[in-house]
Amino acid sequence: MSVVEIGGVTKRFGQTTALQGINLEIAEREFVSLIGPSGCGKSTLLRIVGDLIQPTDGEVVVNGKSARRARVDRDYGIVFQDPVLYDWRTVAKNVSLPLEMAKWPRQKRAARVREMLELVELTGFGDHRPWQLSGGMQQRVSIARALSFDPALLLMDEPFGALDEMTRERMNMELLRIWEASGSTIVFVTHSISEAVFLSTRVAVMSPRPGRISETIPIDLPQPRTAGTREEPRFFELVTQVREALHLGHDVDRTTPAPQEASA
Amino acid sequence: MTSGAPIAVQPVPRGGLGRLVGRRLTDWVPAVVVLVGTIGLWQGLIVWLDVQAFLLPKPTSIATTFWDDKSELWHAGWYTFQEALGGFVVGSGLAILVALLLARWRPLGTALMPYAIAANAIPIIAFAPITNQWFNGGLTKSSKIAIAAVLCFFPVLVNTLRGLTSVRPQDIELMQSYAAGQLEIFRRVRIPTALPFIFTGLKVATVLAMIGAVVGEYFGGALNALGVLILTRSRLFQFNQAWAGIVMVCLFGIALYIAVAIAERLALRWVPSTSD
Repeated sequence: MSVVEIGGVTKRFGQTTALQGINLEIAEREFVSLIGPSGCGKSTLLRIVGDLIQPTDGEVVVNGKSARRARVDRDYGIVFQDPVLYDWRTVAKNVSLPLEMAKWPRQKRAARVREMLELVELTGFGDHRPWQLSGGMQQRVSIARALSFDPALLLMDEPFGALDEMTRERMNMELLRIWEASGSTIVFVTHSISEAVFLSTRVAVMSPRPGRISETIPIDLPQPRTAGTREEPRFFELVTQVREALHLGHDVDRTTPAPQEASA
Repeated sequence: MTSGAPIAVQPVPRGGLGRLVGRRLTDWVPAVVVLVGTIGLWQGLIVWLDVQAFLLPKPTSIATTFWDDKSELWHAGWYTFQEALGGFVVGSGLAILVALLLARWRPLGTALMPYAIAANAIPIIAFAPITNQWFNGGLTKSSKIAIAAVLCFFPVLVNTLRGLTSVRPQDIELMQSYAAGQLEIFRRVRIPTALPFIFTGLKVATVLAMIGAVVGEYFGGALNALGVLILTRSRLFQFNQAWAGIVMVCLFGIALYIAVAIAERLALRWVPSTSD
């Protein structure tokens, strides 16, 4: 069964067409990255799946129901580029926010928060304030919060975009471990080619003006991914494939040699 | 984390009186030195330049008068303080309520905000003689409460509204992803975000409330009110008594301000920089 079905989605903001005829189907347990240059509408597409923005045309089905129904039923968790933690709540209270809103009983909430903090390896930080944590730790709190109510779908909008390369690679490993453990489906927006290839089971390459999916590339790297995955020849082949797809969609002069390092 | 990167974690701030006041005792030393120095300079200049008492009395004579008249001053001050406090509570309360309504129904806010900002800029105290006429010829507390309330209303309204609407878009998006309604977004995001702004407005309002009450009394009020006392004593050339009254106004004004500042610290323990 597919968790997300995007059918002919078009989004116009006034005169500009942000997205044009997007079709994408995402199966259970998939990890799909949306990659593309800024302005290609990848964040807009993610928000349409989350029913935070309405499409001008087309339809989104999440878990077999309308995107709106899925949002009301709290079928997805979302992680933004900014951790979006509330300073007036402790770390534990931030994680339990969606549980409070879903009216979980206090005991069950506390147990779940402990479990989630353990999952993101922040045990013992529950009583801290968000601003007392580093950027990477804050983003892990945000992931714990998104997963706390066990949503079938996790939407992530450049969650590690603001982190340094070292922290980002560590967070990538963490995310894969959490994905394994939680059994959720992930839609991940990024502009880093190596991050998309390393994490995903499938990469949807987007091109701008108007935003559309120009190619979807299955990532056949063996699971589970390890630190060594980034050094395999197949990894580099896939990185090159994604980069070329990006450049094709971007109408860049292809005679210039592509840079060799893997990061975007 | 899997790799043991060193993580700097700041200590959690602790409660206690020092935290409430926001400073260590030693941090107060420079301020106290300035206060003592200023009063000393004042005293010294008056003696040295032989300034007449009707222009500016010596701090020592004001202090002596204050001590001699302390009972009368206290009662007058308490009377005026009740007016100021009444105005502060009524004006600020209404302002917060109106701000919530204007933030909830944005078209209403857009229509009325320019006038609120304009009203915030006009010297409302100019209406004091007129409001006195509205309430029993101005001899009751209610006329002073009214002018203090109007003075408090606008800064609290403007600040509260700015706080309620200065929420980051992602903060709202997150709540929408949980299918939160407007009421829940107000309760869980907008109001906590607005609290620091509200307290800024309230602190301005404490000062304005005292000004409103005292100036209101200058245009007529009960005989045992502080504003009336200051006015009559200066007309009778009893400048030490008038100045002692001014000192009493200051003390009550500062007390009200400190009370709000303490409430702010209690309510905003989570703000990283409250100790600044």
